[in-house]
Amino acid sequence: MKNEFKVIANLIDKDRRVLDVGCGDGTLMKFLKDNKNIDCRGMEISKSKVQKCIEKGLTVIEGNAEKDLIQFPDKSFDYAVLSQTLQAFLNPELVINELLRVGKKAIVTIPNFGYWKVRLHLLTKGTMPITKTLPDEWYNTTNLHMCTIKDFVFFVKSRNFKIFKSLALNNKNVTLINNSNLGFKNLIADLGIFLIEK
Amino acid sequence: MNKELKLKTLFVQKPLELDCGKIIQNFPIAYETYGSLNEKKDNAVLAFHALTGDQFVTGTNPITKKDGWWSYAVGPNKAIDTNKYFVICSNVIGGCMGSYGPSHQDPDTKKIFGANFPVITINDMVNAQYNLLEHFGIEKLFSVVGGSMGGMQVLQFVSNFPNKAITAIPIACTYSHSAQNIALNELGRQAITADTNWSEGNYTIENKNPNKGLAVARMAAHITYLSKKGLQEKFGRKLQERDDLKFGFDADFQIESYLRYQGSVFVDRFDANSYLYITRAMDYFDLAKQFNNNLSDAFKKTKTKFFIISFTSDWLYPTQENKDIVIALNAIGADVGFVEIESDKGHDSFLLDVPDFLKAIKNFLNKSYLNN
Repeated sequence: MKNEFKVIANLIDKDRRVLDVGCGDGTLMKFLKDNKNIDCRGMEISKSKVQKCIEKGLTVIEGNAEKDLIQFPDKSFDYAVLSQTLQAFLNPELVINELLRVGKKAIVTIPNFGYWKVRLHLLTKGTMPITKTLPDEWYNTTNLHMCTIKDFVFFVKSRNFKIFKSLALNNKNVTLINNSNLGFKNLIADLGIFLIEK
Repeated sequence: MNKELKLKTLFVQKPLELDCGKIIQNFPIAYETYGSLNEKKDNAVLAFHALTGDQFVTGTNPITKKDGWWSYAVGPNKAIDTNKYFVICSNVIGGCMGSYGPSHQDPDTKKIFGANFPVITINDMVNAQYNLLEHFGIEKLFSVVGGSMGGMQVLQFVSNFPNKAITAIPIACTYSHSAQNIALNELGRQAITADTNWSEGNYTIENKNPNKGLAVARMAAHITYLSKKGLQEKFGRKLQERDDLKFGFDADFQIESYLRYQGSVFVDRFDANSYLYITRAMDYFDLAKQFNNNLSDAFKKTKTKFFIISFTSDWLYPTQENKDIVIALNAIGADVGFVEIESDKGHDSFLLDVPDFLKAIKNFLNKSYLNN
């Protein structure tokens, strides 16, 4: 399991209800179910990944987060998780609002466009950056709204959402982000992980 | 029909009050089972058949000598594995494969019911079938499963008996028959009743058979079970055993010949009055209406784990109608999974060899059984 999921799992208390939005093949859900006794639901747009979840015995709904989160009542989950998909939505703000409506808390991870390798790639090569977390070309990427860790922190603050925890992930290295190191973390982390609440 | 064949039959002694107000008792439910009930009696799956199905889910249907209607899904090592599960299926009341229906004798008049059989509903069908649980001494079913009208029965069953099924798989169905659904059924009923041989439903007594009307009803319905793309790919404008158009009204096109064949084989195995009654039951089905138009309330008392399946090319019970059930279940935090299966085979996909569909059912059931 990738490090990102371990970090997310550590943010989640035992015996809770979790909605994993864009749950992929269900790796995180399976881990949460088996290790933290989590009552887990997944939403996934890809039919083949939905099948993978069913193979694992997970409860998954084929659906599109931008349209289908509406069916869940307010605060019906303790946590709503969104891993590395925010940038792929037409309207990321709407999705964040929905996550914070259906979940008491939300865990959002973003690939950091402020990561030094990304900046260096653009600066030296002058072409759209390709990294481990951003593997696709500009013409076939599903990413529509890339942002940096700084952008996301500014956005969350501007909407008066509470940030419980901000973490910077660089390979296996997890560090806390705070106001004083934000600029630095924005440079050295390729992934930002945030626990937020409305 | 089939008097010579001994059908497994449960005679229900207890009176059952139907939605129409009439009370029936000492009535037969014809059923079939596959696999064996284990000692804990925790491996029973109740399968509900669709409009023209019957209790012969898999293997060779002893009446038609053809494969059972769900042979792709049910059987040893199949999606619903009869090496593991004990599958029960019964003919719905109103049907014509041994269960109480319009071809039975009215105990009061001693005449064949015909159109005097009480109008039945999906709720009535499910309540009648519930007697099978007592018959087999099953406290709780592992699963209730069915497609189309079978899916409607699944929904009604869980609503009526919230503690009696661990899992439920409603497939390609709806919680409320739409105007289009009713319209299509009415077309079939009109075809039957317009056949003068129908004789107000008394054709058996008068030794007639409204075969033409029933065949047309089947032909019209059959089109709704397929997709435009599926039809086009299979038949296109191909001609039937001829090189050119004949400028007449014979079956020039393969699709015409195919539909005529479907109609002609159907009348051999199905009763026209049953067709009227069962389509009526489907039209009357509106589970939300039973709960003041709040579908979620239908499932409020249940902990049953749902898995809802629709098909991309099903325009009879399209994905959105299946999704509406998912939405109602999520609104009350029920355990519900949903997948839309890619298939060109239309509504009939649930009866056919659609690997992704069969795989999904198999995995869902097996994992749920393990985790239970």
